[in-house]
Amino acid sequence: MDASNYLYISALLFTIGAVGVVVRRNAIVVFMCIELMLNAANLSFVTFSRINGDLNGQVMAFFTMVVAACEVVVGLAIIVTIYRSRRSASVDDASLLKR
Amino acid sequence: MTFTAPVLSYSLLSPMLFLLAGALIGVLVEAFVSKAARPAVQLTVTLGALLLALMQLWQIRGEQSLTAAMGSVVFDGPAALLQASILIIAMISVFLIADGEHFAALPAALPGSEEERQAIQSGNQITEVYPLTLFAVAGMLLFPVANDLITLFVALEMLSLPLYLMAGLSRRRRLASQEAALKYFLLGAFSSAFFLFGAAYLYGFSGSISFSGIRQGIVGGGGNDVLLLIGIAFLSIGLLFKVGAVPFHAWSPDVYQGAPTPVTAFMAAATKIAAFGAMLRIYYTVFANAQWSWTPVLSGIAIVTMLLGSLVAITQRDVKRMLAYSSIAHAGFLLSGVIALNKAGLDATIFYLFAYGIATVGAFAVVTLVRDSSGEVTDLNRWRGLGKRSPFAATSFALFLLAFAGIPLTSGFIGKFSIFSAAYESGAKGVVLAGVLSSAIAAFFYIRVIVLMFFTDATEDGTSVEIPSILTRATVVIAAVITVALGVYPAPLLNFITDLAIFIR
Repeated sequence: MDASNYLYISALLFTIGAVGVVVRRNAIVVFMCIELMLNAANLSFVTFSRINGDLNGQVMAFFTMVVAACEVVVGLAIIVTIYRSRRSASVDDASLLKR
Repeated sequence: MTFTAPVLSYSLLSPMLFLLAGALIGVLVEAFVSKAARPAVQLTVTLGALLLALMQLWQIRGEQSLTAAMGSVVFDGPAALLQASILIIAMISVFLIADGEHFAALPAALPGSEEERQAIQSGNQITEVYPLTLFAVAGMLLFPVANDLITLFVALEMLSLPLYLMAGLSRRRRLASQEAALKYFLLGAFSSAFFLFGAAYLYGFSGSISFSGIRQGIVGGGGNDVLLLIGIAFLSIGLLFKVGAVPFHAWSPDVYQGAPTPVTAFMAAATKIAAFGAMLRIYYTVFANAQWSWTPVLSGIAIVTMLLGSLVAITQRDVKRMLAYSSIAHAGFLLSGVIALNKAGLDATIFYLFAYGIATVGAFAVVTLVRDSSGEVTDLNRWRGLGKRSPFAATSFALFLLAFAGIPLTSGFIGKFSIFSAAYESGAKGVVLAGVLSSAIAAFFYIRVIVLMFFTDATEDGTSVEIPSILTRATVVIAAVITVALGVYPAPLLNFITDLAIFIR
């Protein structure tokens, strides 16, 4: 199969993720959409690695996974804290900081 | 199969390694040192690590072997200058972090709960901020010296993740602070996803993750330009987000306002240096030969950023928000140095970053001093007559505002003059015109605040200016002295930068 098909899938996943971040209101879902975008980028890396015959892209994918795991730790800590003090994880409810 | 051990060149990496070691010691201090002794021990460890890193940087500034860690990290003149600026600014920000009670006694407790009250009564202090600061500083040192996409991405996250947490640790107005952390985190992670996607396409375009490989791909031509354009665009989104350029600026007013003021000071100054440092390296070396593709877009962004930042700042009633919009405007001024794409532009941008960073930390240091019974007062109307209450605070704040406005005899004037003349030389006349225009607009609201502080009568509403303790006083005085010194006699630093600031490719 033509490897570039994976690039189309990756672009599609990335778009779904980006639209989700903009449209969805629950912080957890927004965060999951961001993870989807990161994984879409990973898929691109691996595909390009295959197309170019170079292993660095796969190494980059591993690094991305580690970084994404760290991001989950920090992100969930922040979301849980804000949920405990507001009883809501909606990004629209958090609106103290406007003029 | 033989295993070849990588050559790391530890001496070039040592400033970062000192900071990371300091941060790890800080984590151990949290576990093993008694509560009462922790703040002093943590402050000593943090300042010690920063100082060691700075001294080591001075030692290795002329070192011959220029790439470390098998070409993943490059250490040249601009790198040394940017790293030194970041370290100096981190140091005076740590003075602020150490001073007074800016951080929540127990961030995990619900705001207003019994648990929180007990933690405050027992004099609990959260000292985890120090290791977090060191981790962030290490990431900031790595960001402008990264020489491949992996290092660049890891450094970006390394500097961002601790900052997301630190933004949520404010002692007063905790809900607003948590909200700031949430917004910063979600938008920051969103932008790093774009960044990573762009990196993937640059890799696809050139078949290499190293900057030199990507540059060769661009110089050699023949690659798929669509991949290159997608890559440049998405990578730029990630970088422009970090510097807070329009239209990726939405997070910065909220985060600046909600985060504890010392964290705002540190973040506003040091992140900008790190992010612009990485931008300079990427646009001046990697993308330089694809100039046709990004200069027009970046010029447009610079113009809009300068004008919008200055115009919206006029309407702000909160001093931290006003400084946030002013920092957006400054991001636009700095972008004109990136667009210049010549040696003068590089020198000017590095000088401007240092001068602006110092003045920013100083300005936020003054903000921590103006208080009432419930914490800091950031409402500008309540800053009326500050000059009579505290000549020290008002005079130094006025000095930093004049530096932001670019009035002669302050560092801001030299910075603005050199950056705009570099942009003019390279033919970006529209950008320079917009820059001068928005400088004039910006000067209006800076001077309005000065008039408010000195020439209007104070209202009696319980606003008072705290007598600055030795650490905050040190921050303000150091920042003020550097701001004036660079304005009156900038030649030594400018010459030093000109001699040293040459990118190796």
